[in-house]
Amino acid sequence: MSNTVTNVVIAGLGGQGVLKASDILAEVAFRAGLDTKKSEIHGMSQRGGSVNSDVRFGSNVLSPMIPSGRADFLVVLDGDQVDVNRHMLREGGVLIDPDKIDVNALANRRSLNVAMLGILSNHLQIDLEIWLDSIKANLPEKLHDTNIEAFKTGRNAAGD
Amino acid sequence: MVSDDTTPAERLLLSGNEAVARAALDAGVALGTGYPGTPSTEILENFSRIGGLAQWAPNEKVAMEVALGASFAGARTLVTMKHVGLNVAADPLFTSAYTGVTGAMVIVTADDPGMASSQNEQDNRHYARAAGIPMFEPSDSQEAYDFTLRAIELSEKFHTPVFLRVTTRICHSKTVVIPTCSVPAPQKPEFIRNIKSRVMIPAYARPAHKRMRERLTQITDWNERSNLNQTIKGNDDLGIIATGISYAHAREAAPEASFLKIGLTWPLPIKTIENFTQSVARCVVIEEGDPVLVETLLAAGLKVEGKDPMYRFGELDVGRVRRILSADTSPEPAPAKGKPPQLCPGCPHRTGFEILKKLNCIVPGDIGCYTLGVLPPFEAMDTCVCMGASIGVGLGMRHVLPDEEARRVVSVIGDSTFVHSGITGLVEMVYNPPKTGHVVLILDNGTTAMTGLQEHPGTGRKLDHQPTNQIIFEDFAKSLGIERVEVFDPTKEAEKFERALAEALKSGELCVIIARRPCLLAVKKIREYEKQAAEANAHE
Repeated sequence: MSNTVTNVVIAGLGGQGVLKASDILAEVAFRAGLDTKKSEIHGMSQRGGSVNSDVRFGSNVLSPMIPSGRADFLVVLDGDQVDVNRHMLREGGVLIDPDKIDVNALANRRSLNVAMLGILSNHLQIDLEIWLDSIKANLPEKLHDTNIEAFKTGRNAAGD
Repeated sequence: MVSDDTTPAERLLLSGNEAVARAALDAGVALGTGYPGTPSTEILENFSRIGGLAQWAPNEKVAMEVALGASFAGARTLVTMKHVGLNVAADPLFTSAYTGVTGAMVIVTADDPGMASSQNEQDNRHYARAAGIPMFEPSDSQEAYDFTLRAIELSEKFHTPVFLRVTTRICHSKTVVIPTCSVPAPQKPEFIRNIKSRVMIPAYARPAHKRMRERLTQITDWNERSNLNQTIKGNDDLGIIATGISYAHAREAAPEASFLKIGLTWPLPIKTIENFTQSVARCVVIEEGDPVLVETLLAAGLKVEGKDPMYRFGELDVGRVRRILSADTSPEPAPAKGKPPQLCPGCPHRTGFEILKKLNCIVPGDIGCYTLGVLPPFEAMDTCVCMGASIGVGLGMRHVLPDEEARRVVSVIGDSTFVHSGITGLVEMVYNPPKTGHVVLILDNGTTAMTGLQEHPGTGRKLDHQPTNQIIFEDFAKSLGIERVEVFDPTKEAEKFERALAEALKSGELCVIIARRPCLLAVKKIREYEKQAAEANAHE
């Protein structure tokens, strides 16, 4: 494959932490030394509507927006938002939906966004340390433990 | 990028808005001012956070005047707003092109093609031509940083205000930035009298207009010789001229093509563009929004082609650029239908719209979260045009409708919007009262909620949330001679609120009702700011 850019769409509803998850992911790619672009619309994000964010990384990223049907990964935080965003996924692309994780296994349901990144992390060749550092860099200190636990829950959940 | 051999260059992942703020700080901008508006809001918030002096003005016109004054005094200034905000600031804008500036004045206009969070998708590139003000258009965060610096340099070199036009996808996309600032340190502000340049009576304005046109000619030459316009040699069959974010989409859509990316898009480097068009067999202009660039080039006699009018609407992306290049005008697939935004559960605005619906009111509305009162289950808004229009539109209806309908009209406006453009509407209500009276309902949730909880003159706190003088709406309304002014907590006093509104409608008087309860998203923060302020007072 000549395409050296990885495309990840993260989608969900306002208040679920879609943008926080994409901030963390973009920072992971950036810290790994890759060219990184991330794009989203966030004017209405706090009003419970659909939110999605595109994260692209590789040797040289051009447009910040992922073309339809070109996402390698589609990470969806709300089950109802899967169908709305499915067209973004390329053939053979990986869907990571909330069924992949038992929210009751999380200390706080609000860290579902970071748990989903844990699942995604198994598909990307990036050091665990970079993931943990980026999670810490994007969240206040009092949330570090819960979110790192959630990340690990996700990372282990996909190991089956 | 230039970097010292011993210390690696700093490498950052920044949004376009963060990059503009960082450049302003690095260049010693003395004052940033503006009014919140998606997608521009985070520029001043970030400028303040990293150490710059940033202020929210009551509206964009005032912000532009403050910036102009600071630049007359020799300081570097940044003034930020969304596209429609520039309409509000258009009066000082046009004449500032005549007066010119002393210290740099960079005007950021953040356009919203596709209307992610706006009432129209006007293309503010028209303003550059109309006002005679140079315009930079960055295509990513690195250029947002670099062009802010170049705009400051150009502004001081030619003594002109300069636009930095960004769009939603520049403002809110994060890309890699290596910040390197080579702009010389700013001059110390001082007042140097220059009456003929700055007092625009007709006798002084006539030569000022000529000076402005001469300046644009000089800047055109400067642009031709500058390194702001980048040619990328590809094959000779297809050449693409692009600006801003369209460049990024087009590079991806047609990687084999030759490119000319224009950085300073007004005044245009026509000779550079002509040379480019002559180097390729087919030359296509890829631009988002109106056909501004292509029409200018066609008028200059250049052999270029534009896009089908169907692509004038909405944002461009890689797929749409491919369609433009292949002249594909087949219907586009309908965008995926997501869940629309809504008023938060428990939002204090909800009560107001329930009552307005129950009382069968005719509701000229305004701009803010509460515009969502138009959607089910409320459907309690009849017009929404621009900031502050609720009051004027409501008065107009009252003047001409039959009495029984006129008595149902209630103008609904938020707190920040009231300060921005509702005050003059209220003056109009007092000056030209409809014979049925009128009711203005101010939904005061103590913050500029829609754009992300910014302060305004009614909150009593500045941009950085520090305490300042507070405008009290009820005192202000009474000071105009409006006698019926009432304040309710819409959640705790819902019944009283409803009764008061019903009585106000019947009264035939001029009435202001204020529904005051903090936004749910802001209430914790507001308590924290109030606590900090009380503690600071106790220490004094």
